[in-house]
Amino acid sequence: MHGLVNRSLQCFLRDTYGGDLWDAVARRAGIGPDGFEAMQIYDDALTEAVLGVAAQRLAKPPEALLEDLGAYLVSLEPLRRLLRFGGVGYADFLHSLDDLQGRAQLALPDLGLPALRLVAAPGGQFALHLGGGDVAGCTMARLAPPVLAGMLRAMADDYGALVLIELSGPQGAGRAGAIHIDLLQARYAKGRRFHLGLPVAEVAP
Amino acid sequence: MRAALPPAARRAAAQETATLAALAGTGPAPAALPMPPMAMPDLSQLSPDLLGVLMPMFLWLDALGRVQAAGPTLRKVCGRALRPGVSLFDMFVITRPPRLTSMADLRAHGSGRLHLALRARPRTGLRGIAVPLGPGLEGGMLLNLSFGLTVADAVRDHALTDSDFAPTDLTVEMLYLIEAKSAVMGELRGMNLRLERAHRNAVAEALTDPLTGLANRRALELALEAAMQAGGRSEAVPPFALAHLDLDFFKQVNDTLGHAAGDAVLTEVARILKAETRKHDLVARVGGDEFVLVLRMMTDPAALEALGRRIIARLEAPVLVGSGAATISGSLGVVLSVDYADPAPERMLADADRALYASKHRGRAAVTILRPE
Repeated sequence: MHGLVNRSLQCFLRDTYGGDLWDAVARRAGIGPDGFEAMQIYDDALTEAVLGVAAQRLAKPPEALLEDLGAYLVSLEPLRRLLRFGGVGYADFLHSLDDLQGRAQLALPDLGLPALRLVAAPGGQFALHLGGGDVAGCTMARLAPPVLAGMLRAMADDYGALVLIELSGPQGAGRAGAIHIDLLQARYAKGRRFHLGLPVAEVAP
Repeated sequence: MRAALPPAARRAAAQETATLAALAGTGPAPAALPMPPMAMPDLSQLSPDLLGVLMPMFLWLDALGRVQAAGPTLRKVCGRALRPGVSLFDMFVITRPPRLTSMADLRAHGSGRLHLALRARPRTGLRGIAVPLGPGLEGGMLLNLSFGLTVADAVRDHALTDSDFAPTDLTVEMLYLIEAKSAVMGELRGMNLRLERAHRNAVAEALTDPLTGLANRRALELALEAAMQAGGRSEAVPPFALAHLDLDFFKQVNDTLGHAAGDAVLTEVARILKAETRKHDLVARVGGDEFVLVLRMMTDPAALEALGRRIIARLEAPVLVGSGAATISGSLGVVLSVDYADPAPERMLADADRALYASKHRGRAAVTILRPE
């Protein structure tokens, strides 16, 4: 598993539940006090161990923890910006997810995100199918659906859209599962502001 | 089977083979396949609106270089400066190639890359390409523009959005990469800082005696090597004194009061030695109850003798440990670098050791300064 994924799990646990919880989880999972490094590849078992220990300590199902991780990721401004590049409305954003893997691969060739394929049906119904082929069965294929579901929920808030999001398990070989999105109202609430251009950095006069 | 194919299919199959071979790197790369038009398209059907969909930053000029139409994104970028009939050269300065200031120059330039900049603030830089409309001088020109390397600034300055770029344009991907790269670089910078800190700690640990916090034998060797080199090839080594201290009666403390008491005594000794030396001196613990002091710029035997006696006096003060009090003393052997033609560390350390044993023979709690003759 890419260090960035592990590191986001680490930062999520530390920022949400405190440094003591992270230290305890890291000790139990057998990770050094410095935690994960972003630009290193780790054994998948380590990621699974961290998730398992954290879920047990917090008495939460791992899937619920992963959904919260998805929402946490959207709360990080650089990541939110990258996701908002997808388009002006929530439906555009959903369609842009087709490109997410390719875009991520441009920046980080070994990140290993699963391929995403959006199928739109009439009436604001969408199905986001995750990864095919060899990713099914690996840790990423297991982690990705709930994390994505959490991100999709948080992004709906960001766009001010009202949505229903449901996860369904793997169907058939080579599939890692799908997320069903029911876009009830695209402009339900006032979303957060977004400009494609970065704000000007503070410059000393 | 193959012979049965009609000629056109055979040609297509041969072309496909050539292309696959080129992809596999086994054959010559094919030139772009010729594609003669079925019929000349009716360009009058290509309205400026449709042209704007394909090329949101196109600029259509008449023969005199006056703007006839422009794509929606370019209109956004140029603002009020872009009015029908305004001259290209009034709105933009062509920065490369140099001295390109008229339509005749532009036609002569051909289809090479152009670099332009808005004359008005924020003087956005653009790249472009121009093609003539028709063969004669009376035809206008069609320009297609795009942002250069300052694309991120341009997007911010003109409040552009995803929909301002053609779906075939990779500008948004580029912006995505710029931001992803910055985020990753931030992570890398953090990692570098953590590694740097870990490295500094590891180095410090490798050179420190963990019990007393004094330098260890390795640090002493490095310090002596550095002292030798400090003099350079031609100049003399800056003078220093080397003092070897061995504690007296320390073994009894360990045997009667225990190792914890022994550790407390060693910690106290370290504190005394630090207090009695200067910042630029080096105090090293080189064995269980052995210490070496490197005293820089100290060459006066009387002063060294006085320092040695002061240290011994302070060592002899009883140290309270647990239920009892530990009483120790110390013996010192001192040598001076100025007494050596070639002050090699091993030789000086061996001589300091000899001087130390002379102190022990004199009944301990003594300072011996070894001088030649």
